[in-house]
Amino acid sequence: MKKIEAIIQPHKLDDVKEALKAIGIDGMTVLEVRGHGRQKGHKEVYRGMEYQVDLLPKIKLELVVPDGRAEEVVRTLVTSARTGKIGDGKVFLYDVAEAIRIRNDDRGDAAL
Amino acid sequence: MRTSAVFIYVLLATLASAQTVPADLEKHLADLDKATKAAQSAGDNAWMLVSAALVLMMTGPGLALFYGGLVRGKNVLGTMMQSFILMAWVTVLWAFIGYSLAFSEGTSFVGGLNYALLHNVGAAPNADYAPTIPQSTFMVYQLMFAIITPALISGAFAERMKFSGMLLFMTLWMFIVYFPMAHMVWGKGGLFNASLGGKIPAFDFAGGTVVHITSGVSALVCALYLGRRKGYPHDSMRPHSLVISFIGACLLWVGWFGFNAGSALAASSLATSAFVATHFGAAAAALGWVLAEWLKTGKPSVLGAISGSVAGLVAITPASGFVKPFPALFIGFAAGVVCYLMVTLVKGMFGYDDSLDAFGVHGAGGTLGALLTGVFATKEINDVLSGKPMGFVDGNPSQVLNQAIACVVSWALAAVGTFIILKICDAVTGVRVTPEQEIEGLDLSMHGEEGYNFEA
Repeated sequence: MKKIEAIIQPHKLDDVKEALKAIGIDGMTVLEVRGHGRQKGHKEVYRGMEYQVDLLPKIKLELVVPDGRAEEVVRTLVTSARTGKIGDGKVFLYDVAEAIRIRNDDRGDAAL
Repeated sequence: MRTSAVFIYVLLATLASAQTVPADLEKHLADLDKATKAAQSAGDNAWMLVSAALVLMMTGPGLALFYGGLVRGKNVLGTMMQSFILMAWVTVLWAFIGYSLAFSEGTSFVGGLNYALLHNVGAAPNADYAPTIPQSTFMVYQLMFAIITPALISGAFAERMKFSGMLLFMTLWMFIVYFPMAHMVWGKGGLFNASLGGKIPAFDFAGGTVVHITSGVSALVCALYLGRRKGYPHDSMRPHSLVISFIGACLLWVGWFGFNAGSALAASSLATSAFVATHFGAAAAALGWVLAEWLKTGKPSVLGAISGSVAGLVAITPASGFVKPFPALFIGFAAGVVCYLMVTLVKGMFGYDDSLDAFGVHGAGGTLGALLTGVFATKEINDVLSGKPMGFVDGNPSQVLNQAIACVVSWALAAVGTFIILKICDAVTGVRVTPEQEIEGLDLSMHGEEGYNFEA
């Protein structure tokens, strides 16, 4: 099993969800996060006081998929989240040791 | 038309019955006179009660929202409470002795005790101030001014003043600064009272000196005495909700019609004139601030637009009942630009932390407005000097000097008074919260609550 963590632009969330649904991925966890990579923040001015706002709102998507589907899911995710501009985000992949469904103790791929 | 018809009828009746029933006629005329006065009193009283309510609305929710949105989220309740508690506390002070010290006859500097405990303040009008409305209406209307003035100061010490220290400060401030200043400008026999025997007549229609200079200058002294907020100016102290501030500013604008047009103390054409000047001043000032900011930073901000409108309302306050519409536009526009420069350039130059710019807006805007009142006041709008020329435009350039003297006295009284009061408060209750309390936020550390409980 692989865990996919994707940090994406908030306005691309709907596109990504739809694209994943289209290839049969139903489960995911979505977090509202703040951060920045190479994309710099922006300047805000309040009555002459300038503030550099570095941490921008982002969406973090977490999902775990069977090994065989990982590449396909990553490809779908990347394509649907891409705008081509700086700030589009990143995807990280991890190996997952085990998955357990709390309701009935299913394990492994069956629990996903 | 109706009155002239009545008059002709009365005349004919007089001619017809002059010999026979003079007593009836006299009674009839007296009844007519009484009915006319009652009608005028009803109209004036209705407007003045609405005005009083409008001015209270400026403090809560107007100012509380305006200031509350500008602070960080952890201080929103503490900031609103500073305004709200004054709505309650100043009312009590006013009833016991405040109204008397401001408006009963006394010395040139402070009123006497004739109206203490609201003695003799009831349904009968006070002919010196407002001859067509109950003195109780006048009293409660003026109370609303006494409430908002100290509340304005709280913008300067936002996010770091101890609640107990603030209460003691405000109490002493009312006695040492507000009541005397209100008496000097508006009270019978006060030093600057233009229509009731002042020695140096200055024009202040709705409180440029009494309200805005005193609060603005006191605010500066507070900001300097308390020192900067922890982390200023390096840490982010962005307003936590400009949406809240926006609603507050719009309520201030509307409430200000009661403040200025209500200061005519009657539902008269003068009230209309002040209403128009007030609105024009606010509009031009919003544009002035936004334009200056747009040129300087490249973006016209919402905070700039609403701050500008407030600056214009401040500046037009002393002038509103004395100037024509176009001078009102000019005064507003000038205030928008000048106050923008005050809160950006001047504040930046000196580095004081007037958190919400109480001085930059009320001190600077109030002074500018008081001086320009001396320039644009005209007897065509409000003939308080019985035909004599009023401002510079009327051919009385020395009025600008009188206005300047009134400004200097307000500045001096506010600055010295506030400094002494802060010294006293520092010794008795302390004025500033501890660094830990400041980091935690006033909502939790002073009041044991939070403004936003999203988990609840």
